[in-house]
Amino acid sequence: MGAVLVLSVVALLGIAVLLVKDETAGDSLFALLAVIEVVLLVQLVIGSVQLSGTERDVSGVLFVSYLVGILTALPIGAFWSLAERTRAGTAVLGAAAFTVVALELRLDVIWAGAGA
Amino acid sequence: MRDLSSGPGRVLVFVYGVFAVAATGRSLVQLGADADKAPVAYSLSLLAAVIYLVATTCLLLGGRRSWLIAVVACTIELVGVLVVGTLSYVDTALFPDKTVWSHFGQGYGFLPLVLPFVGLAWLRVTRPAAHGSTVQRGTVQRST
Repeated sequence: MGAVLVLSVVALLGIAVLLVKDETAGDSLFALLAVIEVVLLVQLVIGSVQLSGTERDVSGVLFVSYLVGILTALPIGAFWSLAERTRAGTAVLGAAAFTVVALELRLDVIWAGAGA
Repeated sequence: MRDLSSGPGRVLVFVYGVFAVAATGRSLVQLGADADKAPVAYSLSLLAAVIYLVATTCLLLGGRRSWLIAVVACTIELVGVLVVGTLSYVDTALFPDKTVWSHFGQGYGFLPLVLPFVGLAWLRVTRPAAHGSTVQRGTVQRST
């Protein structure tokens, strides 16, 4: 799913700008993170359907646990960040978005059948 | 003493949390799927998971005792990643399957190698009863 990666990288760039300018995240960034979260939900549905239809050697449990696990990063990161509206709080959002990118890349590998 | 989970500590808690989940997940999958394939590597995966969980919890709780346990956890983590990282290059037969710490955490962007250093640095900044800056206002602290 390229959409997740593109949106996450856009979010990461936005967060990087905020960090440099020492500003806290505003509504637009949180809206973007919400959009990513919705796309991740769609990904869970599509991924599960595709998994049930594929003939490839994909580890089902692992794949679904990644599909579900990736959903948790942004909400937890957002709440953990909002508890402290400082540069550190913004950096937490960056860490959360980065986690999404890392997990998404892993998902690709698992889907290709090389994951373990 | 300073709150362990505010400021830079807030980022650290999040990252440690991610690794706690990642390492726990990995060891559960490994032990659940084929525990006999690489007992040493899988045990170490489990150890890594526990260490990350302990470190995350201690940073969240804060306080003098948590600080001390966190130092121990981060030190074990540092030794673990260095020893496992070295062994995974030297003695490949010992590690037929990977752990979080294999090849100095290569599979995780070498973050497992960086994390204990950052963790220990943060714990050094927040050490209890430090001289000067971290002494809370209104309290008299004297080393005995």
